[in-house]
Amino acid sequence: MNAVTIRGLEKSYGAHRVFDGIDLDVPRAETLAILGASGCGKSTLLRCIAGLEAPDAGTIDVGGEIGYVFQEPRLFPWLNVEANVAFAARTDIERARVPEMLALVGLTNAARKLPKELSGGMAQRAALARTLVRKPEIILLDEPLAALDALRRLELRAALREIIALTRATAVLVTHDVDEALDLAARVIVLQRSITAVRAIEPLRNIDVGARSALLGALGVSA
Amino acid sequence: MRFIVPVALLAAWFAATASGALKPYQFPSPHAVLAEIAQLASTGALWSDLGASIERVALGFALALAAAIVLGALVGTSRTAEKLLEPTLQAVRSVPSLAWVPLILLWLGIGEPAKIVLVAIGAFFPIYISLSSGIRNVDRKLIEVAQVFGVTKPALALRVLVPAALPQLLVGARIGLTQAWLFLVAAELLAASRGLGFLLTEGQQIARTDEILVAIILFALCGKLSESGMRLLERRLVGWTDTVPA
Repeated sequence: MNAVTIRGLEKSYGAHRVFDGIDLDVPRAETLAILGASGCGKSTLLRCIAGLEAPDAGTIDVGGEIGYVFQEPRLFPWLNVEANVAFAARTDIERARVPEMLALVGLTNAARKLPKELSGGMAQRAALARTLVRKPEIILLDEPLAALDALRRLELRAALREIIALTRATAVLVTHDVDEALDLAARVIVLQRSITAVRAIEPLRNIDVGARSALLGALGVSA
Repeated sequence: MRFIVPVALLAAWFAATASGALKPYQFPSPHAVLAEIAQLASTGALWSDLGASIERVALGFALALAAAIVLGALVGTSRTAEKLLEPTLQAVRSVPSLAWVPLILLWLGIGEPAKIVLVAIGAFFPIYISLSSGIRNVDRKLIEVAQVFGVTKPALALRVLVPAALPQLLVGARIGLTQAWLFLVAAELLAASRGLGFLLTEGQQIARTDEILVAIILFALCGKLSESGMRLLERRLVGWTDTVPA
């Protein structure tokens, strides 16, 4: 049983063809990284899965609740950290889970802070807690570490790896960072685009010897 | 710091009248103005005029606020409403305020409703414009977050649009309140038997500069107090904004 099944996905922006019939299966509980250069359409793919964009053709079947982590924290500036996390809660059970989620991302002491008082890393942690409060079965992460400085990025990457393992959710991560993809995902696919269409989706396993250079090669970078 | 300039002005005023540089019939001394205030207060005229003006501003402003919230929210959230209403409202806005006076006097007479409506016209546009643009400019990314969480349209309006547009609404309300005082003077200068504007015209007719100055000082105080009150409200309600306070 797949968490996400995509068949024949097509998407264009005017004359610009982003996807030309993509098929993709994401098995339940898999951690998948979609790797690609800027502008290859990897974020668009994630947005299509989340229903934020409508595909021109093809089907996307999603088996479970989706949680979405954006590149920027996108916290509501008028709510403190705790209230931002509680924003996603629909039931009393989910609301009661807020302190647990804050502890999970290490923000218990910052619960009463406003977003303007947070560092970039803390804000992204709060956004992660807000997504997790519903215990989504599928977590979509759109370059969640891209806006952070190098040190925070490593720190949050480690936290993210732990949290994804802990929640046992299916995770689809979009990134342009090969190391990040290999570190966080059990499977990495490369989204490549010629000028007019997606050329190929190439599955690779990071247990392969030389996976890094293979991925860099697939991205057209000589390692 | 903030009291240096007012105190200096007061001292200069005192010096200029005490030395005889300013003649009392041109510009009365501070204590003559104070005496006039005391005199007006003792007869009750002061409270009656002040009360009449404040009441007109309050009612006109409330009317403007209610209309601006309804129309601003409509135009801010609906493209259709924007296309329908925005050009007309913009055209109405470009009419100089005093041009409304003859029409309103003919329609509503010279009673209280005419003055309140004129005040409301003045206060309406800043509030309406701030709110509609505030709603239209709510960060699309925040709306997307709500979409991802499957928030319904009414909940989106209540939980995202209202709080996000509140700072703009309050700025508009502050400017609108200042406009309300402006339009009040216009209304009271034309036709009133009570109010601070009436005090102005009466002072002019009987050549009492002290009475005119009393009215001007009270206008300054009322305007300043209502502005400070609105700023206090802004600080209380939208202290979360990540900007340098205006």
